[in-house]
Amino acid sequence: MSEHVDSVKTYVLVFVALIALTIITTAVAFVNLGPFSVVAALTIATGKMLLVALFFMHLRHSTPLTRLVVLGGLVWLGILLVLTFADFATRAWIGVPGR
Amino acid sequence: MITAATQQREHYLNASYGIKSWLLTKDHKRIALLYLATVTLFFFLGGAFATAIRIELLTPEGDLVSSETYNKLFTMHGVAMVFFFLIPAIPATLGNFFLPMMIGARDLAFPRINLLSWYLLVIGGLLSLYAMLAGGVDTGWTFYPPYSTSYSNSWVIVTGLGVFISGFSSILTGLNFIVTVHRMRAPGMTWFRLPLFVWSHYATSVIQVLGTPVIAVTIVLLACERLFHMGIFDAARGGDPVLFQHLFWFYSHPAVYIMVLPAMGVVSELVSTFARKPVYGYAFVAFASVAIAVLGFLVWGHHLFVATQSVYAGMVFSFLSYFVAIPSAVKVFNWTATLYKGSISYATPMLYAFGFIGLFTIGGLTGLFVASLGMDVHVTDTYFVVAHFHYIMVGGTIMAYLGGLHYWWPKMTGRMYPEGWAKLSALVIFLGFNLTFFPQFVLGYLGMPRRYHVYPAEFQVLHVLSTAGASVLAVGYVIPMIYFIWSLRYGKTVGANPWGATGLEWRTSSPPPAHNFDETPVVTWGAYDYSTVMGEVEVG
Amino acid sequence: MASEAHAESLALREQFDTAEQQKDASTLGMWIFLITEIMFFGGMFLAYTVYRSKYPYVFAVASSSLNVYIGAANTVVLLCSSLTMVLAVRAAALGKRSGIVLFLVLTLLLGGVFLGVKAYEWNEKFQEHHIPGPSFSFEGLAPDQQGYAQLFFSLYFAMTGLHALHMVVGVGILSTLIYQTRKGKFSAEYMTPVDISGLYWHFVDIIWIYLFPLLYLIDRHLGK
Repeated sequence: MSEHVDSVKTYVLVFVALIALTIITTAVAFVNLGPFSVVAALTIATGKMLLVALFFMHLRHSTPLTRLVVLGGLVWLGILLVLTFADFATRAWIGVPGR
Repeated sequence: MITAATQQREHYLNASYGIKSWLLTKDHKRIALLYLATVTLFFFLGGAFATAIRIELLTPEGDLVSSETYNKLFTMHGVAMVFFFLIPAIPATLGNFFLPMMIGARDLAFPRINLLSWYLLVIGGLLSLYAMLAGGVDTGWTFYPPYSTSYSNSWVIVTGLGVFISGFSSILTGLNFIVTVHRMRAPGMTWFRLPLFVWSHYATSVIQVLGTPVIAVTIVLLACERLFHMGIFDAARGGDPVLFQHLFWFYSHPAVYIMVLPAMGVVSELVSTFARKPVYGYAFVAFASVAIAVLGFLVWGHHLFVATQSVYAGMVFSFLSYFVAIPSAVKVFNWTATLYKGSISYATPMLYAFGFIGLFTIGGLTGLFVASLGMDVHVTDTYFVVAHFHYIMVGGTIMAYLGGLHYWWPKMTGRMYPEGWAKLSALVIFLGFNLTFFPQFVLGYLGMPRRYHVYPAEFQVLHVLSTAGASVLAVGYVIPMIYFIWSLRYGKTVGANPWGATGLEWRTSSPPPAHNFDETPVVTWGAYDYSTVMGEVEVG
Repeated sequence: MASEAHAESLALREQFDTAEQQKDASTLGMWIFLITEIMFFGGMFLAYTVYRSKYPYVFAVASSSLNVYIGAANTVVLLCSSLTMVLAVRAAALGKRSGIVLFLVLTLLLGGVFLGVKAYEWNEKFQEHHIPGPSFSFEGLAPDQQGYAQLFFSLYFAMTGLHALHMVVGVGILSTLIYQTRKGKFSAEYMTPVDISGLYWHFVDIIWIYLFPLLYLIDRHLGK
C-alpha cells in the first residue's frame, strides 16, 4: 500500500493560508457588503474547509469512493437546508393577510 | 449432501456455550438471534398496546380508558412498533445473519460495533419501556411541539432519549453494512452478481446513515426546548413549531423506506427461489432500490401539507412524492414478470411474498391518494392514512419479514418448521389483516379522525369489523411463535439447500459453521443462476 | 506486502483477509461516521439559517455582543491544533514514536486551551445575562425583540455546546492515543487509529470553521 506522506512544508503552507483566511474573514466582517457579507463569509469558510479536507484529511489522495461519500454528505445537508428553506422562503408569496 | 450425522458437527450455535458466549459474541449470526429475540419482544409489546386500542374502539364512547390514557396507548404503540420493531427487524435479524454470507464473507467489517448496536437497541428500548411503565407518553409517536415541549406532563424526554440511543444502533448497523458490502465481498462477487437482498440492504443502510442523525439532533433540540425553553419551536419567542415537523419528517419519511426496502429485498429472494427463475430485470430492481433511497429523502413535506407549510413547497413535495412511487412500481412489475413461465411452488415463504406484493401495492396506491395535495386535505389525520401506512408496514413489511423468517429458518437452525401449520397461519394473517385494515380506509374516507377514541355511532360497525380482524390477526401471529420454538426440538432436520436456492448462504451447512464457509468461495456465476443448483431441491 | 502485513497482522482482525483491507475498511467507516456528524450538526445549522433569515437585525445585534477577537483567536488555536494533529499522523506514518507523542500532546494542549477560552466566553455571557432562561435580558433591544435575541443565544449555546462536547470526546481519544503510542502499539505499518482519529479531529475543526463566521461575524459593520 503506497502511503503518500506529505511534507511538513506542505502542511505549514496550508496552515498559513488558513490563518490568513481567518484574518481576512474577520476583517471583511467590518466592511459593509450588504447582503454579500454572508456570501463572503461562507465562501471563505468553505475555502478553509476545502484546505483542511484536501490536505489535512488527505482527501487529495483518497479513493473515489471516499470522495463520493464526502460529496454525498454535503449534498444531503444541502437537501435538508434547501428544501426546508423552500417552505419558509415562499410562505409569504401567497399574499394571505397576516402572513 | 449433509446428513443427520452432521448434528454432532460443530456449528455457530454449539461452538461455545454459556451466557457470556452470547452476550459478548462477535459472531454476526448470534447477534442476529439476539436481535430476533429483542425485536420479537417489542413486537408483542406494541401489539399489546394495539389490542387495547382496538378493544376501546369497539364502542363509540370512551368507556374503557380516559382520553389521556388513550393518547398514551397510541403513542406507545407507535414508538414501540416504529423504533424498536420495524426499523431494526429485517436488517438487524435477517440482514445481520445473511448479508455477510451472501457476499461470501466471514463476518461484517466491524463485529464489535455490531454487538454494540444490539446493546444500544436494548438500552434505548429499556429506557423507553421504563417511560411507558412509569406513566407513559401521550404526545403521539411524532412528538409535535408545542404540546410535547410545553404542555404534556408525560415522560417525553426519557422516551426521546430511548429513541435517540436506539437511533445510534441503526446508524452503526448501516455504517457496518455499507463498509462490508464495499470491502468484504468474496473474489468474483461483483456488484451485479450480488443478491438483490444485498442491494436492498445497502440502500437501506445509506438511508440509516444519512437520515437518523437528523432525528437525533431533533430530539436533542426538543429536549432543550422542553427543559430550557430555548424558544426554537415556541411561537411566543419567535420560534416555529413547523420547523420541528420539517426536522422530524426529514428522517421519519425516509424511515419508512428503512422499513420497506429490506422487505423488498426479502421478496426478491423469495419470488426468485419459488418461481425457480432469476428476478426479471435484475439491474432495474437493483437501481430501483437506490432510487427509492435517494428520492425518499426529497418528499418529507407531504406530511406537512396542512401544517401551514407554503403551498408552493407543498406542490414541489407532492410532485416528488408521485415520483418516488415509480421505482416501487418497477419492483412490483418485475416481481410479477419473474413469475411468468416460472416453476412456481406455493411453499409458505412464497405465500407471504404473494401477500406482500398484493398488500404493498394497495398500500402504495393509496399513498398516491395522500400525496395529492387536494385529496390529502380531506383524508389527512383520518383513518385513511392509518390504513395506508398499516397496509405497507404490516401488509408489506411484516409479511415479508415472516416470509423471510420461514425461508431462512432451516438455514439458521437446521430445522424445518411444520408446513401445514405455517400455511394456515399465513392464511389467517392475510385474512385477519385485511379484515382489520380495509374497513379503516372506508372509515377514514367517511371522516373518522385518527387518534380519537370517541366517535359518531354510525362508525361503529366498521370499527367492530376492524377489531374482529385484529383478533384474528393476533392469533395468526401467535401460532408461528409456537411452532418455530417447537421446531427447534422436533422439526425435521435439513441439509444445506432445502429449497434448491441460489445464493452463497445455501452452499454452507445448516446451521452454518461459526466462520460461515470452510473455504472462501470464489464466485463465477450470476446472482440467480439456477444451473448451479440443479437437482438440489429437498422441500416444497 | 509481506512486511506490511507483519506489523498490521499483529493487529489484524480475523474477519479481514489483509492488512490493507482492514485499513481501507476502517478509513471508510470513519468517513461514513463523519458524514453522519455532518447531518447531526446540520439540523442545528438549519435552525440557525431559518431564524437568522427571519430576524436578521436582532441576530446581528446579538452576535456583536460576542467578543470577535477572542473568537478569532480561538479559531487560530484550533487551526494550530489541526496542524499539530496532521503532523502527529505524519510522524506515525514515518514510524517516529517520539514525534507522535509530541504532536499529540501539543494537539491535546491546544484543544484544552480552546475549551478553556470557551468556558471563559460562556462565563462572560452568564455575567451579562445572555444565557436563555428566566434571567435573560439583552440591553439595547426592545422588549418584543428579547425573544428573538434569546433565540440567537439558544442557538449559540446549543451549537458551541455540541461542538465543545465533540472536542471533549476528541480530548479523550487523544489521551488514549498518547497512552497507546507510549506502549508501542503503532508503527509505520500500523497507525490506522491515529489516522482516523486525525480525521475526527479535523472534522470538529471544520465545524468550528463554519460556527465562527456564522455566530461571531454577522454584519459587524453595523457597529452595534
